Amino acid sequence: MKFSARSLFANALSGHQNWPEQFPNKEPKSEYDVVIVGAGGHGLGAAYYLAKKYGITNVAVVEKGWLGGGNTGRNTTIIRSNYLFDESAGIYDHAVDLWDGLSQELNYNVMFSKRGVLMLAHNVHDVQSFQRHVHANRLNGVDNKWLTPEECKEFVPILDISQNRRYPVMGGALQQRAGVARHDSVAWGYARAASKLGVDIIQNCMVTGIRRGPDGAVLGVETQKGFIGAKKIGVSAAGNTSVVMEMAGLRFPLESYPLQALVSEPVKPIVPCVIMSNAVHAYISQSDKGELVIGAGTDQYTSYSQRGALHIVEHTLMSICEIFPIFRRMRMLRSWGGIVDVTPDRSPILGKTPVPGLYVNCGWGTGGFKATPGAADMLAYTIAHDAPHKINAPFNLDRFVGGRLIDEAAAAAVAH
Amino acid sequence: MFLIHCPHCQEDRPEIEFAYAGEAHIVRPGPEQQDAMSDAEWSEFMFIRDNVRGEHCERWWHANGCNMFFNAVRNTVSDKFIKTYKIGHKRPSASQIQKWKDAANG
Repeated sequence: MKFSARSLFANALSGHQNWPEQFPNKEPKSEYDVVIVGAGGHGLGAAYYLAKKYGITNVAVVEKGWLGGGNTGRNTTIIRSNYLFDESAGIYDHAVDLWDGLSQELNYNVMFSKRGVLMLAHNVHDVQSFQRHVHANRLNGVDNKWLTPEECKEFVPILDISQNRRYPVMGGALQQRAGVARHDSVAWGYARAASKLGVDIIQNCMVTGIRRGPDGAVLGVETQKGFIGAKKIGVSAAGNTSVVMEMAGLRFPLESYPLQALVSEPVKPIVPCVIMSNAVHAYISQSDKGELVIGAGTDQYTSYSQRGALHIVEHTLMSICEIFPIFRRMRMLRSWGGIVDVTPDRSPILGKTPVPGLYVNCGWGTGGFKATPGAADMLAYTIAHDAPHKINAPFNLDRFVGGRLIDEAAAAAVAH
Repeated sequence: MFLIHCPHCQEDRPEIEFAYAGEAHIVRPGPEQQDAMSDAEWSEFMFIRDNVRGEHCERWWHANGCNMFFNAVRNTVSDKFIKTYKIGHKRPSASQIQKWKDAANG
């Protein structure tokens, strides 16, 4: 069934009681060409692109919980590509290219809204660093431009640009092409489009082991629902990647941290774009429902608990109120945590592993949502060709031995 | 917020007094070892982490307190501390951790 004005009208006549299910919940077959571990946006997207672009439709996505219940449903939905290094520009801008038109391609409204991301500069170092980012981005063909304080004020009217504040606004870098999307829709849209192409989505099916043959190559995955044979396995398990990789005898340069976010009560439109401040360390946007969506850095310790400490939330809100005193009386409705897998250089690992037939997409840390379509496409390409695309080739595992790090941690100086 | 028992101060203090300092029991190679180490061995020391889902030995720093470092065993799923111990103690064995857990549960 295709979503259209006509199908909407037809279903309205029957009181919206007869919409068909969007994707069937399958039981596993005994064998697949490719098994993807993790049904978040990245994993479901990889299954979709495998079927759509690379002609491999005998694919299963196995998920230990429910579809999109991990970091896909726990992020602050920000999409941008204004990263410093050429490699990052390549992969994040590829993702933004795919975000454009994703709703049409999936016939599912992911509500990608190019409302812009404004990164505020509060000191001379910020100004120099952001202007360097703007120049580097423009050399790579990535949209980003410098705004004076007055231009920032024009873009975000609630911004106080008086220069006698503790953190004065000395300018900002605006990526107009960036924005937000509806995160759950991304998972649901990919799931629906992938299952239409023959992909099986198997929920409540935790992977408990990876079976390998005498030559070391993968044979399949042991799961709660029994053994599932697979010629190739793609792991897209975010915070639990280390756990899955250990099943194949691999140790990874990853640490899993809780990252919290929160939303306020809904209010009339007041925040027109995404506003980030590295120096004060917080970011804010407003959902289409009207809630302020707020986030900042991770908790300090590693954890798999999917929750964090209240003092981190307090600190985040203090930062928001420092930039926007107008929000001091807002009440927060909900907060939650996700487990993010962080690499030493804060850039992802996306490609082959030392185990034949095992591929990985991990290490997106605090910024994986924005990359969803790009990462999914690159994982699918790598699995289909048994070799990385030139966009994801630099994000290999070997860089932690060879030393060719892509040090966005140093470039951004904060969570990104 | 955690309440963390500092083995130097001998009392429970709130987490904001402490800084997390990563996985414990990773020994920096000595000068004579360093010359002989391969890139892969350096990578193992610098970057590769167990990232345990379960009982994790980790280092904490009582930065806004006695300023001392110490180690702890914490369950990374429940976030419960099982025991904190001073640096210099060997990595506790599984049976030692079980004993600590039994003692804590009375």
